[in-house]
Amino acid sequence: MDLMSLTALELGRKIKAKEVSVLEAARAALDAVKSREETLHAFVTVDEEGALAQAEQIQKKIDAGELSGPLAGVPVAVKDVMCTEGLRTTCSSKMLENFVPVYTAEAVINLQKAGAVVIGKTNMDEFAMGSTTETSAFGATKNPYDAGRVPGGSSGGSAAAVAGREVPYALGSDTGDSIRQPSAYCGVTGLKPTYGTVSRYGLIAYASSLDQIGPMTRDVSDCAAVLEAIASYDPKDSTSVKREDYDFTSALTDDAAGTRIGIPRDYMGEGLDPEVKAAIYAAAKELERKGAVVEEFDLGLVKYAIPAYYVIACAEASSNLARFDGVKYGYRAEEFEGLHDMYKKTRSQGFGPEVKRRIMLGSFVLSSGYYDAYYVKALKVKALIKRAFDEAFKRYDCILGPVAPATAPELGKSLRDPLKMYLSDIYTISVNLAGLPGISLPCGMDKAGLPIGMQLIGDAFQEKKIIRTAYAYECSRGAFPAPKMI
Amino acid sequence: MANRIDDEMIEYVGILAKLSLSDEEKEKAKKDMEEMLDYIDTLNELDTEGVEPMSHTFPVYNVFREDVVTNGDEREKMQANAPKVKNGGFVVPRTVE
Repeated sequence: MDLMSLTALELGRKIKAKEVSVLEAARAALDAVKSREETLHAFVTVDEEGALAQAEQIQKKIDAGELSGPLAGVPVAVKDVMCTEGLRTTCSSKMLENFVPVYTAEAVINLQKAGAVVIGKTNMDEFAMGSTTETSAFGATKNPYDAGRVPGGSSGGSAAAVAGREVPYALGSDTGDSIRQPSAYCGVTGLKPTYGTVSRYGLIAYASSLDQIGPMTRDVSDCAAVLEAIASYDPKDSTSVKREDYDFTSALTDDAAGTRIGIPRDYMGEGLDPEVKAAIYAAAKELERKGAVVEEFDLGLVKYAIPAYYVIACAEASSNLARFDGVKYGYRAEEFEGLHDMYKKTRSQGFGPEVKRRIMLGSFVLSSGYYDAYYVKALKVKALIKRAFDEAFKRYDCILGPVAPATAPELGKSLRDPLKMYLSDIYTISVNLAGLPGISLPCGMDKAGLPIGMQLIGDAFQEKKIIRTAYAYECSRGAFPAPKMI
Repeated sequence: MANRIDDEMIEYVGILAKLSLSDEEKEKAKKDMEEMLDYIDTLNELDTEGVEPMSHTFPVYNVFREDVVTNGDEREKMQANAPKVKNGGFVVPRTVE
């Protein structure tokens, strides 16, 4: 039996029943990584020694009855944007190539408390800036369904590792589309929680007001279970929210009766691939058959989300990435004349082109004379976008639409025209601006055999509604086919 | 194109961003930024008169705590990441004459 083809909860049950030891599970993950990495390149760092040591510890705790949760002993991969004490954390950048954090991100600590075994750190777009994982300084990750195509991004390594059966689940982070879009391209299930639900402590910041950590899994049940494990109120993150409910798995009921679902007409029009469109309508039909009330409506402002996002995200990035100056950690240029030259050469050599592009744009929109015209304007548009969602959620429990306008593009085709690449985020980005939860799950394949993803968006703190609806759909869909390479 | 990004502006943004760009990179950055700004200008189609700028989607309040040290001395571990350290301090180029 291929242990890595099991879902996280299935493997957790086998570990609990002593059918599989934690060490066997960790070895199975490490073996899968060894045999598939040449094709996929989903990982930046694989921590064999650490994983085996953790496995032994966790087995002891399970045997002693100290650990009994559903994820105890199950291997996980963590996007290389989250700090892990003693384990290199690069953000897929030359800038942090040799950076070894002295503390662990809160979300990862929460997983470790639940008994997770961290196998390694996954590849991503450099500093999470990109939609294909091609801006990584350590080479592109490949899509398990077609190695000639991108896995999406920025959490492309996590998506490929889960789809490629290297690990049962992974953590990603989502600032504009970075959990949901790679999940869609790789046929996995990914959830971006409501802003403030998962602590950002130890998450290397891209755009702090938009960043959220979330699960990337094989199915909705795993997604709910992992979210339940990582979500917490954390005083170390000043934007952390104390929620009333953390029992996300209680929403796993096959019940869509009476659920009011709105499909934004403006998501289904021009620019959407006909095969993706057909798959979304078919999913809507299935939910309708199960008793959901589905209708189309005008969300509005859709085309303004991307420009507003790039102003806000780049502004925050230019500020957040100012810390990389070659003094306290990270790369430092070898030759320079004086302090300022050291800063400039360090940053120019340490950052890749997409990161520099965003820092430049962000510096510009925050500069005196342009601040009001661009930055403040974008914050006002963000308020309008939030208002449009507020209106929609007066009438609907969930908003249903595509994740991306098309399935995974071929490698090497996206970076030449950044603006075009940015446009692929059109259905996901407003969710971050409004701070809402969104789940991406596979709802079909196109003629080329590539997964198609559907997105369910919920009102703030209504993860349970989108989890329930996604679960109801998944119960009809059945298990999603594994890539042929497996 | 509105030609906001001339040579002078690219120099200025380079100073703000603390990046030194080659001539080739500068030309590319000029074109990229103009394109993005033209696209961003579509925001001006929206009337935002009287709209309050929204930095956070939920009301957030300042978070206070007692000023008590909770972590231990991790200087050596932290400085292990530094490019250059001497006698427990970070070494930087001379900044005052």
